[in-house]
Amino acid sequence: MATTRFLEWCGRLYIWLLLAFLYLPVIIMALMSFNVSPFYQLPFEWTTEWYASLWQNDQLISATWNSMEIAIISTIIATVLGSAASLALYRHEFRGKKVLQALLFPPIAIPWLITGTAMLIFFFGVGIGRGLFAILLGHVALALPYVIVVVSARLQTFAPELEEAARSLGANQWQVTSRVTLPWIMPGVIAGGLFAFAVSFDQFVVSYFLSTPGQTTLPVEIYAAIRKGFTPEINAVSTIIIVVSMALMLLTAKFFKFGGEK
Amino acid sequence: MAGVQVANLSRSFGAHKALDDVSIDFADGGFYALLGPSGSGKTTLLRQIAGFDFPDTGRIAIGGESVERVPVEKRRIGMVFQNYALFPNMSVADNVGFGLSVRGQAKPTIASEVQRALDLVQLGRLGGRRPHQLSGGQRQRVALARAIVTKPRVLLLDEPLGALDKALRVDMQIELKRIQRDIGITTIFVTHDQEEALTMSDRIGILRDGRLVQEGPPEEIYDRPKSEFAATFLGDANIFRGDSTGTGIRLPDGTAIAAAAGATLAAGARASCAVRPERIRIATDSGTSDPNANMLRGQVSRRIFAGNSSTYFVDRDGQTLKVIVQNTGVERLAEGQEVVLRWSPESTVLIAAN
Repeated sequence: MATTRFLEWCGRLYIWLLLAFLYLPVIIMALMSFNVSPFYQLPFEWTTEWYASLWQNDQLISATWNSMEIAIISTIIATVLGSAASLALYRHEFRGKKVLQALLFPPIAIPWLITGTAMLIFFFGVGIGRGLFAILLGHVALALPYVIVVVSARLQTFAPELEEAARSLGANQWQVTSRVTLPWIMPGVIAGGLFAFAVSFDQFVVSYFLSTPGQTTLPVEIYAAIRKGFTPEINAVSTIIIVVSMALMLLTAKFFKFGGEK
Repeated sequence: MAGVQVANLSRSFGAHKALDDVSIDFADGGFYALLGPSGSGKTTLLRQIAGFDFPDTGRIAIGGESVERVPVEKRRIGMVFQNYALFPNMSVADNVGFGLSVRGQAKPTIASEVQRALDLVQLGRLGGRRPHQLSGGQRQRVALARAIVTKPRVLLLDEPLGALDKALRVDMQIELKRIQRDIGITTIFVTHDQEEALTMSDRIGILRDGRLVQEGPPEEIYDRPKSEFAATFLGDANIFRGDSTGTGIRLPDGTAIAAAAGATLAAGARASCAVRPERIRIATDSGTSDPNANMLRGQVSRRIFAGNSSTYFVDRDGQTLKVIVQNTGVERLAEGQEVVLRWSPESTVLIAAN
């Protein structure tokens, strides 16, 4: 009895330590965004001054909007293209399919630094140059393999007879896809979309290579700001982003059971 | 409703001939079983009729209309899959109504048609359930209701009872047959279970290596198999091989076996005779029976008691024969006993050597 209770206690302690490890830095940063002292000095004194001054910081605000915009648009494009590609790879046999599938994985392993350099050279070569559009293209390209891998994994659990059954009942290709296949792979599509969003929103390296001083994303802007000198406004904007993205994740988790159908 | 005609159908996958010049006429309103071992082409044939795959050569007609290049969604067929293939994201009612819904039918029409179909398969009150909440037999019924609610011209069944346990399978065989009679739909049924084929169908087609071996009513195929394969695949058969005498065969040891049924063969040709195990009478003495009867002596090597009948394995001249005897409480022969086997020429089918 005593040992069981002790083990249970250890288990709980372990979970709390794990959560602390994950969240403590974030919580401290969030708290400091409400602290009067810009140099992390204690005692803690409550203020919303940094949030107010963040509102005045046009560069940070515009970089945040850029990041949101690029993340949302590139997520939509990558998710749609990636899911469609997964479906095509699932349904059709064609020459060179194996090679094509094998070529989808290396971009995930290639360091972003190298991908970024390559994109910069390429975009200059074809005349796209740097800027938000280049960043958007880059993010779509980075996110695509993730979406395809996640959606394809979900498709592996799909029974092909379901599409055949739908067709035998008179459904055309579009009806089969929208009413039978998509509902089944939706958790995979959502997960792939979250990956795509994370890849874009977190993206620093490739964005750094492709951004211009006026047209930049939040991570690049934060990096630039920190180099000039740290301000608690960074804490403030980070806190907002954490709250928003955690809310998004929790919402998604509520509506879509990850880890398979029960 | 409509009949289905398949003429000279061939389909190859690489070097493998999955279907080789198959022609069958499926009568309107009939219940037809396609029987064969795995890899015989029976499922390929069903998928050709459904339209999931197109033939290399040959014709398929449904209700007189050529359909061999018509895709499945335009063929107006109903199909029940081996694993039912119910849509997991939809309720039972939505599953059944799917075919009507994709045709753009009005919601009230769909609802009443779905209810009718569910009543027909005796699942009237389960429309709100999800497929994973149903038993195997219930899923089977939902799949059937879904396949017939669109009033297809032909119903195709791909080993639909394979996943059910024995008792349930027998229930479903009766049920399926009742529903098929009720709506009078042409039904083509793929199975590897000979008993299922015998009990359910009006006609059976036996396939082997992509070719149609024999086709006809169950009684005809059982009583008059045209090949050793048909004889042994549909039911059990004792096969004797020898030279044709015109009215039977002569075994290598000189014993003559008279056959009154089957092929007409010139004397001297290689031939076989097939006898069903239940047609053979087994006794310990020669007795005083019909002098025309075929007779062989042998020794019981094994007896398997199955309650209502016993199966005897009788060894003779390097061959083991199978004899099934109804349990009348009289003949109980021990293993090792010398016996006499007798059967009439009418029970003996002459078959040309393959």
